Amino acid sequence: MQEKIGNPPVGQNYRYIGTRPIRPDGAEKVTGRARFGADLKMPGQIYGKVLRSPYAHAHILKIDTSKARALPGVKAIVTRDDFSDMAAEFVPAGEMMINYRDLLRNIMAREKVLFEGHPVAAVAAVSNTIAKKALKLIDVEYEVLPHVIDVIEAMQPDAPLLHEDMITAGVQPKPDKPSNIAKQVEFARGDIEQGFAKADCIIERTFNTKPVHQGYIEPHACLASVASDGAAELWVTTQGPWVVRAHCARLLGWDISRIRVISSEIGGGFGGKTVVYLEPLALALAQKSGAPVKMVMSREETFRASGPTSGANVTVKIGAQKDGTMTACQATLRYQAGAFPGSPVGPGCMSAFAPYDIENVKILGYDVVSNRPKVAAYRAPGAPISEFAVESVVDEMAGKLGIDPIAFRLKNAAREGSKAVYGPQFGPIGLVETLEEARKSDHWNAPLGPNQGRGIASGFWFNIGGETTVTLALNEDGTLNLTAGTPDIGGLRASLAMMAAEELGIELEKVRPLIGDTQQLGFNFLTGGSRSTFSSGMATVEAARQVIKEACARAAKIWDLPEDAVTFEGGTIRPAGDKAGENKPLSLADIGRMAGKTGGPVIGTAKINAQGAAPSFGTHIADVEVDAETGKISVVRYTVIQDAGRAIHPSYVEGQYQGGAAQGIGWALNEEYIYDDQGRLENPGFLDYRIPVASDLPMIDTIIVEVPNPRHPYGVRGVGETPIVPPMAAIANAVNDATGLRFEALPMSPPKVRKAIDQARQACDPNLKV
Amino acid sequence: MRYEAPVSLDEAVHLLAAEKGVAKILAGGTDLLVQMKADLIEPDLIVDIKGILDARTISGTGASGYCIGAAVTGAEMNEHATLRNDWPGIVEGAAVIGSTQIQSRCTMGGNLCNGSPAADSIPALIAAGATASVAGPSGLREIPVRDIIVGPRQLAIAKDEFIATFQLPPRRAHSADAYLRFTPRTEMDIAIVGAGVNLETDGKGQITAASVAIGAIAPTPVLVEAAGKVLIGTSLDTDTLEALDAAARAACNPINDKRGTVEYRTKVAGVIARRAAETAYQRARSK
Amino acid sequence: MKHHISFTVNGDPVEALCDTEQTLLDVLRDELDMTGTKEGCGTGDCGTCSVIVDNRVVCACLILGCEMNGRSVETIEGMADGDKLHPLQQKFLEHAALQCGICTPGILVAAKNLLERNSDPTETEVRYWLAGNLCRCTGYDKIVRAVMDAAAEMRGA
Repeated sequence: MQEKIGNPPVGQNYRYIGTRPIRPDGAEKVTGRARFGADLKMPGQIYGKVLRSPYAHAHILKIDTSKARALPGVKAIVTRDDFSDMAAEFVPAGEMMINYRDLLRNIMAREKVLFEGHPVAAVAAVSNTIAKKALKLIDVEYEVLPHVIDVIEAMQPDAPLLHEDMITAGVQPKPDKPSNIAKQVEFARGDIEQGFAKADCIIERTFNTKPVHQGYIEPHACLASVASDGAAELWVTTQGPWVVRAHCARLLGWDISRIRVISSEIGGGFGGKTVVYLEPLALALAQKSGAPVKMVMSREETFRASGPTSGANVTVKIGAQKDGTMTACQATLRYQAGAFPGSPVGPGCMSAFAPYDIENVKILGYDVVSNRPKVAAYRAPGAPISEFAVESVVDEMAGKLGIDPIAFRLKNAAREGSKAVYGPQFGPIGLVETLEEARKSDHWNAPLGPNQGRGIASGFWFNIGGETTVTLALNEDGTLNLTAGTPDIGGLRASLAMMAAEELGIELEKVRPLIGDTQQLGFNFLTGGSRSTFSSGMATVEAARQVIKEACARAAKIWDLPEDAVTFEGGTIRPAGDKAGENKPLSLADIGRMAGKTGGPVIGTAKINAQGAAPSFGTHIADVEVDAETGKISVVRYTVIQDAGRAIHPSYVEGQYQGGAAQGIGWALNEEYIYDDQGRLENPGFLDYRIPVASDLPMIDTIIVEVPNPRHPYGVRGVGETPIVPPMAAIANAVNDATGLRFEALPMSPPKVRKAIDQARQACDPNLKV
Repeated sequence: MRYEAPVSLDEAVHLLAAEKGVAKILAGGTDLLVQMKADLIEPDLIVDIKGILDARTISGTGASGYCIGAAVTGAEMNEHATLRNDWPGIVEGAAVIGSTQIQSRCTMGGNLCNGSPAADSIPALIAAGATASVAGPSGLREIPVRDIIVGPRQLAIAKDEFIATFQLPPRRAHSADAYLRFTPRTEMDIAIVGAGVNLETDGKGQITAASVAIGAIAPTPVLVEAAGKVLIGTSLDTDTLEALDAAARAACNPINDKRGTVEYRTKVAGVIARRAAETAYQRARSK
Repeated sequence: MKHHISFTVNGDPVEALCDTEQTLLDVLRDELDMTGTKEGCGTGDCGTCSVIVDNRVVCACLILGCEMNGRSVETIEGMADGDKLHPLQQKFLEHAALQCGICTPGILVAAKNLLERNSDPTETEVRYWLAGNLCRCTGYDKIVRAVMDAAAEMRGA
């Protein structure tokens, strides 16, 4: 076989890549047939419910389930006694690490409850009503302890301790006293003092952000069934069926092979569906009761007890010279992790200054526990928080030096060859291109209306690859079934089928993609880290090339030619070289039809650990209008410019840009976890946890920049996470433009904005413009 | 939990009177079902009043005064052209509640009986001087809407009574009303402050009568008499608007909660009262 | 207390037994196995369970099943005509107006009700009509475009 299928060159005219076909799972989704987490029903199923702590922090003295067990219709109850304790062991979960000792305690409290909503027992009964009644019959005796919610308060030496044995890691010498600071991390290069000494202007500011929830519209849900021989099946809405399988097996002490995890369609995840909450409880209840157990979280439970991302306190200090050269960048990040260690402070540190090529950098990060739900990954975990702070100071610096904010960024921008603060040297990256597109855009050059301001900010995310398996089976009629293992949250199946059809030179409709379960495919790491189009795409291309190779081998066999005497082009196999024209060309359909007689099924199986994921940079422009009397900020125009490497299906790339921007707008303006003085969440619902509604937003314009990733056969970069990074700073910078005031605390909700305007007016602040 | 759907006021009153446990009226259910779901209440009896014609009907005219059934939905009010023309503020109050979906179900009766100081439809009713007909064992009694909510979730209505209809006074020439609220989102939100203003002019631009009612600034929606007085005899000039702003702020006795601080609510009460008055005034002048 | 209710769903007569506290959403999903209508909050705040009852769009989670006698309900399952998609469904696919798809049935049902009342809505009207339908994936941009494009097509424009 001749090597004709190298990397398609950049700029080539593709048949499918870059087009906008209708997604293969579309019809199911617009007709209500697609089955999500709560949509499956099994014969004989019963219903599981969780009893949750009403306290933010308390010892559990006693749990008495006898009255609940006696209630007719109750089939099983599990508490801490049904799970064996586990040693500390860290495993990756998306872009975060989790510790099994903590995970066990997070799904079911042991010694203490550490946040309001912490599970203390779970019941399975023949109806939801009976299960709810049973919960009320469980007696739990608590000894209530002082609690701490705020990250700075939690860091104080006299703060209530969540984990009495927790000694801060990463500090030398090792502290002799426990604290709520789980970990300290540091990233440094150059000489920070010297860098500041060289600066003409130094700005230091401290920012505060609140925890925000991923806000996926589908609450957590699963259906577990365990046969009497121990074989278990779990239907679940998740970003990673293999990861769920691993966690459940470990927490329950079962063999991995016993558990088949089938991912339902997933109604949004954004990182929040990368860990387990209900799943081990459902399996335990199913085993104990002998019946399939369905568990669905309420919206309130989803807010109270599934992970938001960190709230944080971040100090940023930047020094720059008159010409705009940044000489020193320093940051201290204090991220709250929730009840157990594991905030995304590490990626927060690493991404903070990633858009810039700077000599002298020092970043210190603290991972701090407090009596809130354990944080989970949320779209570019950690980065939106630190980059909000950095991009706010960068904007202020540009203003102070009298340099245009785009020119200032271009002066310092990371480019190919720049060494990232977190270690590696960047390959081809598109930050400069996004800034130049921004400068050229209609939006940047349009006039502003009264009480309006314009802001700009850039953002970065790493993106990951990882373990991936894809199979591509050629059918008897030349169609193909593609099976991938990364759940499709936003159009993945379309992108994979397009890449397969492009490689195979056949009609797109002939490739039917499916997300397989843990019994059908080898291991797949989860959909996270913006990896699914990149990694499963890479595996799809490899599987397609295997199919081609095998098809060529079969043709060679049919024609009785050596394998290198056939060639594959445009979906057709022909004799090559001097044999060309000797035999009638064969199509994939011919090969499929004759597969049985030529050696058996033709299947491509790619099992890869995808490497070479490349970062994606973006630049956002926001226009806001400020009502100075009410403090209300409205986003009136918004543009996202981001490097996609190559947009396989541009509509779904734009969708990621728009969705990330919308989430960032919510984070900037109204979303926050609000606690009362007892440590109870006051807004666990969509009425008071205010995600943007349709009438809150303008159209969100997009500009796709394509600087291909040389490590991917089609140049793909992950695009899903970067879009949530710039909005908070872009909006804060726009508000600064409109009002003259700099907001250092999120959300920029109306009361805060009005207060800041009043204070500035009282103080006769010369910057005030409203 | 029983469910009954009476078709007459008498039948409903009898059901309520006979119930020993907790009985709840169901109109739109947009508060009741939420509270049931949250386990805040567990009624023994639910009385659905949507089968009662009086409670589901808008009758009368601007000149004679409208009678609006307590179970008429926000969407139905918004679609009633003459009501909307005569009482735009009252319709605004009812039509900003929740979302399109909520509008299809929510009612002024339910909004009032939920007893929230932030109820959107109540300030405009109070400013209009509306009354409610309350059905009970001894027949119908009529009470001013402003006297019904006596504290947060506390009503001047007995367990065996319910609101059947609302009565609006005759709409006079050169008069109009407006309701405006402030919420962080554009829709799907609870008022941080809501103001209803009803005023009448002499046809030449001078205000001859005015009343201002504000929600979410005190334990109950309040009729701010001082704010109404400020407007009378003026042409809503800048000084008047400032005096209105001050009067509205002076009436505030709010709480700090997840939706707003005392300081913020007080300031915004002035702003919203002012803006509502401007809208009402424009409308009155164009009549 | 169980209630025997009979009503129509997408024109077909249905009967069910339900408890007083069961909502229309519970009846549709659990008793009639019509899971196209989703539950996102159970409190009327997300619109995921939007259905049309007697020509008005409502949250099925805020109606009791026992209120349904004699009513007519339209759900996502009745939107397409056999294998022919409704123009809104088709436009949602063409515009990529869905990512995860959980909010899609509710938004389609709500949008259909809008276009039945207003064949030529402005962008602002579409946004306000759909303000009760939360979508966390798309930022609404493509949804609004799809609705307006469907409206144009249905007008024959």
